[in-house]
Amino acid sequence: MSADDSKPQLDEPQIRARQQARAKVMALALAAFVILVFAISIVKMTGKG
Amino acid sequence: MTMTTMTATTNPAILTADWRDFVALTKPRVMTLVVFTGLCGLLAAPGKIHPILAFTAILCITLGAGAAAALNQWVEADSDGLMKRTAARPLPAGRMERQSALHFGVGLSFFSVILMGLALNWFAATILAVSILFYVFVYTIWLKPRTAQNIVIGGAAGAFPPVIGWAAVTGDVSALPIALFCLIFFWTPPHFWALALYVRPDYAAAGIPMLPVVAGERETRRQIWGYTAIMAVAAFAPVLLRLTGALYGTVALAATLVFAVLAFRVFSSLELEPAKMRAERALFRYSILYLFILFGAIVVDCWIVV
Repeated sequence: MSADDSKPQLDEPQIRARQQARAKVMALALAAFVILVFAISIVKMTGKG
Repeated sequence: MTMTTMTATTNPAILTADWRDFVALTKPRVMTLVVFTGLCGLLAAPGKIHPILAFTAILCITLGAGAAAALNQWVEADSDGLMKRTAARPLPAGRMERQSALHFGVGLSFFSVILMGLALNWFAATILAVSILFYVFVYTIWLKPRTAQNIVIGGAAGAFPPVIGWAAVTGDVSALPIALFCLIFFWTPPHFWALALYVRPDYAAAGIPMLPVVAGERETRRQIWGYTAIMAVAAFAPVLLRLTGALYGTVALAATLVFAVLAFRVFSSLELEPAKMRAERALFRYSILYLFILFGAIVVDCWIVV
């Protein structure tokens, strides 16, 4: 048995599901980042930072 | 290990890691203490900071710690696979490509440092960058595979968060954050060696020269006791230097006494069977609680004085 055979192998639907889940998490992270940058900008512009 | 061998062993069959594997790469359990001490450094600092900026500072410390952990796992993927405790991590378990972990770690490092610099100040960002570089290059790559004193010097990496939190508010570093740095620095050896005693077979199997593997259990127990004494001095330093008040002093006295009792039990134990090392497990668990208690007390003390 080779080293590669011992690794978990994924079929096509599983790969798609993982890609979709990662895309959703990435989208949420980006949205959170945009909101954070907006909030930081407001704080800095109002001189409260 | 060279970068060539790392790339060569990358498994092309693994195409997509689950997002939870990326979270696991950041060692979330270890991170809780890092985040808490960073938050306490921030809260204990004099001066005001907008809650949004305070949140951003803690986020940057969290992401920086996660980035360092990801890069640590990228470097140690092979030795992690040899240890029972770490074999299920995403890289040794084959759930993630090595290159993904490298990109994730480097990307997160730059992101956390740049965000800290732009949102807070570049002094805090510089300390954050130094802490990440220290953890990856000085501890993980240089010290850990070479010397039994790896976690003594490498412990400095985990001692940075309260300093970063403080610097995020004030833009500088004064006596109290340095005292907090020293506290974590001298707390690390008894904390880590208590764990190393009962996972010694794991470290031996992976060829990592932890103190119990290299110098034996008797010497490790002696050094745990010795470093506990130094840690106790560091715990009282804020009181002795009049940086904190009586409340912290009282809490530190009680908590350190318990720590000393547990450390003495480890010192005087003759147990050689890892599965039966109850005193060592008790010290390891309590050491985590100890740091939470002391840092919480510092914040409360600073707020009462204010």
